[in-house]
Amino acid sequence: MKLITCPINGTRPVSEFVYGGELRLISDPQALDDQTWAEQVFYRNGAPGIKKEWWCHVPSNTWFIAERNTATDETLNTYLYGEEDSR
Amino acid sequence: MPFRLLKFALSKEHPEPRMFQSRDRLKSSYDAVIIGGGGHGLAAAYYLSRDYDMSNIAVIEKGYIGSGNTGRNTTIIRSNYLTPEGVKFYDESVRLWQDLSQDFDLNLFYSTRGHFTLAHTDSALRTMRWRAEVNKHFGIDSEVVSPDDIQSACPPMNLACGGHAPVLGALYHAPGSIARHDAVAWGYGRGADQRGVEIHQQTEVLGITVQSGRVTGVDTNRGHVSTPKVLCAVAGFTPRILDMVGLRSPLYIHPLQALVSEPMKPWLDPIIVSGSLHVYVSQTARGELVMGASLDPYELHSTRSTFDFAEGLAAHMLELFPFLSHVKIVRQWAGLADMTPDFAPIMGKTPIEGFYLDSGWGTWGFKATPVAGKTMAHTVACDRNHDLIQEFSLSRFKDYQLVGEKGAASVGH
Repeated sequence: MKLITCPINGTRPVSEFVYGGELRLISDPQALDDQTWAEQVFYRNGAPGIKKEWWCHVPSNTWFIAERNTATDETLNTYLYGEEDSR
Repeated sequence: MPFRLLKFALSKEHPEPRMFQSRDRLKSSYDAVIIGGGGHGLAAAYYLSRDYDMSNIAVIEKGYIGSGNTGRNTTIIRSNYLTPEGVKFYDESVRLWQDLSQDFDLNLFYSTRGHFTLAHTDSALRTMRWRAEVNKHFGIDSEVVSPDDIQSACPPMNLACGGHAPVLGALYHAPGSIARHDAVAWGYGRGADQRGVEIHQQTEVLGITVQSGRVTGVDTNRGHVSTPKVLCAVAGFTPRILDMVGLRSPLYIHPLQALVSEPMKPWLDPIIVSGSLHVYVSQTARGELVMGASLDPYELHSTRSTFDFAEGLAAHMLELFPFLSHVKIVRQWAGLADMTPDFAPIMGKTPIEGFYLDSGWGTWGFKATPVAGKTMAHTVACDRNHDLIQEFSLSRFKDYQLVGEKGAASVGH
């Protein structure tokens, strides 16, 4: 992967982007017991596959979601957070 | 000469023995199956057969032995870590390393060079002081040294680093060493083979059978084998194996790249590491510079090389050693580093009975090869975590007992 398409700025070289980790929906910490909270914070399925991830286009500080295959390094889709369904 | 070679190739009898036998088929059952024929898996097999009298063991390897991170690291061995758990563990490893060539009757080219971790900022120097004091407390040869000491040990180094990141001091660790990494896998493999362990290359694990919370066998592309004990020692492939048994872990996989230069006359005796510049470098017996930097910046399960990496590493190398500007890079590669949030390994028993983990080796696995093998052999044979690895269990995360090993390689402070 050498190019990523930013939903605002279009296709740019990967060096303009930083990775923000997998998109994970975290529940309200006050509502969870310690064990479940530890599960949410630390545990994951690290096997390769198509994952939704946070990426940021640094020059414009645009955070967005990329769907990327972590085995082949292909970006399949990018969109602003919450705008996947409106496409 | 070509005639002799041809005769050798056609002959059924090879005068030079192989390092280990290749077996035609898997048996239907074993006392233990080790997944992963890298240094760690073979070391565990070696110590199980030598010290615990268990030799009905199969080591199953998807590629060929030592083809994973055992043959992809930058071969640095040291024990000057930051946490007491880490220091005790890696110190035992260094002790084992020093006798390993005799143990195997095989030359590992184990070469004690001295190891400098450079500090370019006051905060880095403070961490070096902290590490030195923890190390000394545990009897490890480790001290903070001045720029003059560094310059006399390594005259070609440009300590000013172009003016913007001058070297203020270093943590010096005299026992720091390098070794020939694939010989480590061969040595352990041969030793295990001589004691009856079977090594099966090009054998891929497709599934692990678990019945009522206990391991019962392993499915491979060459058939099913039943076994009560499975040791998983597969570094970057650990999440895929965990997925087969339905376990989750904090492991995340990033590629770690490295490269070597063309060979030169010997000029660099010590091992030089700079956390701030993200470089580590040593010169091998062949004269090549072996260089590494930090992890690739995002999750990826692929061992591709990138130009960005070579460019970034070269820029930092030139700050320390400007005279290398005409030296060529001859090889570049990557390994899959299984990183943990606290930079310590995940070892020992798991919630599934008979399923043992030797993982979370991120950027620090090669130096731990002997001690990981020894402690995992104990854990598998006795079904009890070895004392040295108590703090490294998978359950430490849900108990909020993280280790916090910031002395690991490629980790900023």
